[in-house]
Amino acid sequence: MSDQSCSDTKYKKNYSDENWEAALFEFLQLVIGGVSIGCIYALVALGFVLIYKATEVVNFAQGDLMMLGAFLAYTFIGIFGWNYWVGAAAAIVGMFFVGNLIDRAVLRPVLGQPQFSIVMVTIGIGYVARSAAGMVPGWGTETYAISTPFSSEGMRLVPESMGSLVISQTDLSVIVATFVLCGILYAFFTYTRLGVGMQAASQNQLASYYMGIPVKSVFSMIWGISAAVAAAAGILLAPTTLIDTSMGFLGLKAFPAAVLGGFGSIPGAVVGGIIIGIIETLSGFYLPPGFKNVAAYIVLLVVLVVRPQGLFGEKTGKRV
Amino acid sequence: MTFFKAENLAINFGGVKAVDGVNFEINKGECFTIIGPNGAGKTTIFNLISRIYDSTDGSMEFDGQDITNVPPHEIAGLGIARTFQNIELFEHASVLQNLLVGRHCHSKTSLFAETLFLPSVRKAELAHREKVEEIIDFLDLQHYRDSLIMNLPYGVRKVVELGRALCTEPKLILLDEPSSGLNVEETRDMAFWIEDIKRDLGITVLMVEHDMGLVSEVSDRVLVLNYGRMLAHGSPQEVQNDPEVIKAYLGG
Amino acid sequence: MRFLFKTEYDQDIRIAKHSGYVWSYGALLIVVIVAPFLFDEYYVGQLTHLYIMAIAGVGLMLLSGYTGLISLGHAAFFGIGAYTEAVLTGKGLSLPFMEEPIVFSFFLSFPLAGILAGIAGIAIGIPALRLVGIYLAMATFAFAIIIEEVFSRWESVTNGYTGLIVEAIEFGDMDLTDGRPFYFLSLAVLIAVILFSLNLLRSPTGRAMMAIRDSEISAQSMGINLARTKTTAFALSAGITGLAGALFAHKLGFLSPESFTVLQSLELLVLVVVGGIGSLHGAVFGAIFVLSLPQGLAILKDYLPVQIAETPGVEPLLFGLILVWLIIFEPFGIYGRWLKIKHYFQMFPLYKKSTFKRQKSYMKSERLR
Repeated sequence: MSDQSCSDTKYKKNYSDENWEAALFEFLQLVIGGVSIGCIYALVALGFVLIYKATEVVNFAQGDLMMLGAFLAYTFIGIFGWNYWVGAAAAIVGMFFVGNLIDRAVLRPVLGQPQFSIVMVTIGIGYVARSAAGMVPGWGTETYAISTPFSSEGMRLVPESMGSLVISQTDLSVIVATFVLCGILYAFFTYTRLGVGMQAASQNQLASYYMGIPVKSVFSMIWGISAAVAAAAGILLAPTTLIDTSMGFLGLKAFPAAVLGGFGSIPGAVVGGIIIGIIETLSGFYLPPGFKNVAAYIVLLVVLVVRPQGLFGEKTGKRV
Repeated sequence: MTFFKAENLAINFGGVKAVDGVNFEINKGECFTIIGPNGAGKTTIFNLISRIYDSTDGSMEFDGQDITNVPPHEIAGLGIARTFQNIELFEHASVLQNLLVGRHCHSKTSLFAETLFLPSVRKAELAHREKVEEIIDFLDLQHYRDSLIMNLPYGVRKVVELGRALCTEPKLILLDEPSSGLNVEETRDMAFWIEDIKRDLGITVLMVEHDMGLVSEVSDRVLVLNYGRMLAHGSPQEVQNDPEVIKAYLGG
Repeated sequence: MRFLFKTEYDQDIRIAKHSGYVWSYGALLIVVIVAPFLFDEYYVGQLTHLYIMAIAGVGLMLLSGYTGLISLGHAAFFGIGAYTEAVLTGKGLSLPFMEEPIVFSFFLSFPLAGILAGIAGIAIGIPALRLVGIYLAMATFAFAIIIEEVFSRWESVTNGYTGLIVEAIEFGDMDLTDGRPFYFLSLAVLIAVILFSLNLLRSPTGRAMMAIRDSEISAQSMGINLARTKTTAFALSAGITGLAGALFAHKLGFLSPESFTVLQSLELLVLVVVGGIGSLHGAVFGAIFVLSLPQGLAILKDYLPVQIAETPGVEPLLFGLILVWLIIFEPFGIYGRWLKIKHYFQMFPLYKKSTFKRQKSYMKSERLR
């Protein structure tokens, strides 16, 4: 993602010497940028997937949770002047509790209602989060930046004689953090009791109660984890796009990622996010203006028509 | 003359042969029952007949017409209606509306006429309602006419579902475990209704059922399935004494 | 308490089930006819806006409330209707073999706006036939975002972000798209659309839609053609929303892609849910809610301390809070509350709270459907 608009022009200049190698490096450079932004999408999509996996609710406030996380990190690092790592960790932990609280206060009373109603509740939460963030003193409607230890300076990936292929520390941090987080979450769902309990709770709430799974606290837990992941995404995104109350709309870009990956599959979300990121970056460079904004959605529509259950989703049919 | 014929019917679900080369014929006006242990493929045969599943092999013929590849929504129009094992009613609608949906395959009004509710639509609606009221009287549902399905007890829903199937004016009705979940008294009622459907309405019945009391009471012929294959075939008494069948049920 | 003794089938089919309907809706009709002569211009405009939103609400209700297909992209159809109307009555349609572009009269362009939106509905409805639940919502969402981009990029027709001025419609020497004439035009369209929907809902197609909502598999076994009914629902819903869009174009007088964003789609969905999903009353109640909230806040602002009143974002905050609160305590929306109040007076003094008590329900996976 790093400096999307300016990287487009920066590398366009190198294109003068018509040779295919330069074109190839240019392409690879774009792919790197795409993977980086794709990882952000993946992290937000991961938040969707976690909540969907456990509660079958699509959380429309996921992007706004990301926004809140970024603002929280800004408060700790920018306003209080804490160390970056401490501030980021505090923001992630803080958002864990915010997510937990949201579930307890708002979603628990609607537990068991049709999914559609709960989706509407999350839309309402999104409205509240956006406007509430605008009212907090010190946050407001302006844009802010967080100073990070990562430089946006590019590091060479290949010797200069071969061509120009660089990756910035910021981009690298996003990619590494995404893969680490995904690995942890995947292991959590597959190997821990709580993780397996969450999967069970999503299939049949009543049966899970009977089996002794504390469905309600499991759901609060998952909301907390999801909000924490969103906070991580917000902090990682902060250096590239600035922090403001409308950054949550980026969450809408993560929908295609999650659907592409088959809504409910953690590796699917990551792959979907990265695919969307790459497609978006490439179409922004090679296609006429306007396609950058919609390329992800065109891909989404095509995928849904061909494979209604997404790339990684399981095909299921109701049994009668 | 054969009324319904399934020839070498088969379907695989990813390597599992749910139904494997089943042949049977149903005569007009009889009650034909399929029994078998759980997972034997009984409901799958129903789903094949109502075309929810595509068969991997074999063919089906109904009333002189090949129905192996008919689209699922045309099955009702041909005269085959069904009920479901776990009740698939329209929960948020009234009993009356549910039964009226059963009339859908007989409605020929155009969308344009419907939106203006032209006299032709009104006339058709009145005719549908008359037919529905007949079924309501037949099944003693007067009391529940305007109740929402979601507020009805299980036993009544089962009857409503039977009524909805009858509203399509079928020639062949498929009953998927009509007595499951019913108490003894309700099962007795169901037995009477099945007899009436067969005798008074002249509808051929194809039934999947576990309750052997009900089966021997109403069935003319029984087909026993196990692991998707035909095990035995004959009158209820013959089948119950067949050593293969006893072995399938009791193991050994 | 009123007891109805039914002696003929026609009593079930009638729209007005008993004389109470005739009286109450007759009185309402008189009120809305007299209203523009009592209130000043501003409120007439607001009421007109209300009717337009209610039309769009009815459109979405047919699809989401009655057929059970959730659309997150209705702003697209709203926008298609608006732009079609603006272009056809403004610049006109230029054809290669004609020297002058054809400018349509309102009475032609208005139905055309609905038809075009309906065709767009079919265009998204057919590929979406196999989709259910969240995947369908996402497909409509993606469609709306693509259409929004088209509005901003297809500058030769839509003028992009510069915006497009919508011509007023003259009928004789009367300006049909302003003040009282426009009020009555919108009201007439709303009434027509509601009657149209009521007719549909008491006919086989309407019942087929509700059957699909509750159980696709048994709807199919009852002879309902799923593909055709769903496509019909999409087309009708999009068409009605397109009509609302055409009126909205004249209401705004100036179109830009910003009026037809994802947020507008969400607002329409909120309208339907808050009003009461699965009832036509709900569409009207929802429109009242969506429009009266900013209105009420504007009035309230005069009485609030300056710090609170001047803070931006109070409106979306309240909007969100009320939405959440309503779904928690009144899942059937304002219409659900309305029914309870009505029931209370009908049963007075024997009202029992438990009549409407919901049974505790537990969610079962829809993935295994």
